[in-house]
Amino acid sequence: MENTTIISSPESEYIVDVDHLTIRFNKATEKIDNLKEYFIKLVKHELMFQEFLALKDVSLKIKKGEAWAIIGTNGSGKSTILKAISKILKPYKGTVTVNGSIASLIELSAGIDPRLTARENIYLNGCILGHTKKFIDEKFDDIVEFSELEDFLDSPVKNFSSGMKSRLGFSVATMVEPDILIVDEVLSVGDVLFRKKCMNKMNEMLSHGTTLLFVSHNMNTVRAMCDKALWLNKGEVVMQGDIKQVCDEYEATIGEKKAREKAERDKKAKELKKQAEEIAAKKRKRAQEQ
Amino acid sequence: MATLTKREPKEGSFWEVFKFKDLLAQLVQRDLKLKYRRSFLGYLWSILNPLLIMIIMSVVFSFLFQRGIEYFPIYLLTGRTMFEFVNHSCGKALGSITDNTTLLKKTYVSKFMFPMAKITSSMVDFVFSLGALVLVMAFFSIKDGVCLFSFMNLGFVIVVIEAYIFSMGLGFLLAQLHVFFRDIRYIYNAFTTMWLYCSAIFYDVGMFYERGAKQLAEGSMPYANYLAWVIENLNPLYIYIKQFRYFLWTPTLGGDIPYWAEINIYDFILGIAYALIMFFIGTYFFKRKQDKFILYI
Repeated sequence: MENTTIISSPESEYIVDVDHLTIRFNKATEKIDNLKEYFIKLVKHELMFQEFLALKDVSLKIKKGEAWAIIGTNGSGKSTILKAISKILKPYKGTVTVNGSIASLIELSAGIDPRLTARENIYLNGCILGHTKKFIDEKFDDIVEFSELEDFLDSPVKNFSSGMKSRLGFSVATMVEPDILIVDEVLSVGDVLFRKKCMNKMNEMLSHGTTLLFVSHNMNTVRAMCDKALWLNKGEVVMQGDIKQVCDEYEATIGEKKAREKAERDKKAKELKKQAEEIAAKKRKRAQEQ
Repeated sequence: MATLTKREPKEGSFWEVFKFKDLLAQLVQRDLKLKYRRSFLGYLWSILNPLLIMIIMSVVFSFLFQRGIEYFPIYLLTGRTMFEFVNHSCGKALGSITDNTTLLKKTYVSKFMFPMAKITSSMVDFVFSLGALVLVMAFFSIKDGVCLFSFMNLGFVIVVIEAYIFSMGLGFLLAQLHVFFRDIRYIYNAFTTMWLYCSAIFYDVGMFYERGAKQLAEGSMPYANYLAWVIENLNPLYIYIKQFRYFLWTPTLGGDIPYWAEINIYDFILGIAYALIMFFIGTYFFKRKQDKFILYI
């Protein structure tokens, strides 16, 4: 499997180059996570590998400065492709090439240790993102100022509200302007003011030439923020290209689907009504007989 | 991200840990801080705990075993401190991947970091707990009116390095296995109990040789001799304990060294070989399996 490596070559013209990417999961009926079960299954010849392809042969080429939206229904592989780009998931087939630093705003409060204080978490998370301690020292005041947590710096994060945790996570993740910003519908947390502040920060980054990868179900936001779109359905690319075209097509399909579903629902409702009427008629009949 | 240098280690290799050395420092600090936060005596527990256990064990075993080992409390404490270092660090490394699920799912970091951080924080703990040994040695120095400290003591650093490398190898192996088989923990716990009794912590190997000589004299097979050979050659932890005692306990005897505590270059070669082999095995399997972790945690 020599073709499964992630290579960084500065000469490529694309900042993100996803080439025929396939990601495979094991969809075993039961998860085997201990030796006892493993041996029982081994003896009974039940250790089969049920393949599930979360992404099938997906190609995506992103140039520097573009803003891409990734759209699709639940379970279409949107988060999977983001995880593959941020190197958390390894490709099963194909390659992912990334030429630049990534800041992913996926699950902002993940990675924050509730037992540590806000101050300690800033250092821990900063180091996880690959910064040196010296660098975080320099940026520390900015981070604290942006997160608006000055008064809670030395209290353990387990006492924080989820909004406060997200604020902390966002501030640490955006302490440097990354080359690529990955956003996965995280901005629904926090209060209105802070959400606006985050939006401003993101827009500021975009104006400086940061590449954006955005996952959202809100078509209005997507249309406002992005200029290209990738539409995934069950792990396959349905369409990619200009935001307007893809979104129009997507909404039309979703609309059609919704109409179809509605028709089906109406049909079922009619049947149920009919049944109810029949039962009522029977009841009346019985009452009359008595 | 800010420090992209020209020669970077290959992704997923062990050497990547140097790229994340600040993260290692943070993780080690986290372990130490969390361990002692909200405890009144704080770091003192690292000294008090082994001291209390040593006193109990000294009392119990001086009743159980009739043969006198000189400065038995020091003998016991050296063995136990070393054993606890390897045991604790590997036991903690075992769960290090599964306990850091959220971090691993968030971004790419060298996964070697997590077991390594646990082993390093255990080593710091171990160094603190040497304070107990210093106290006991000072106590006996005053009691007997002789200085039990010597320059030989400093040699313990060599043993710590050997044990650290060995623990990393074993820790990587266990951490990797624990991702796929969660019952490894119970197997490891049972294994360490056996390991404890095979490491000559509260007895001495000389006991086996005497039994062996008796068996030979009776004309039967000298099984006890074989057992002693196994402990001395196949148990890396005993090799480290023996070296550790050579630097800390043997000098207190004033030249009157029992034959089973004698040490030569062969013991050092064996100890280093075990450390390197274990490290190689651990890194090999960890590296091979690390891409699958995300699917199981």
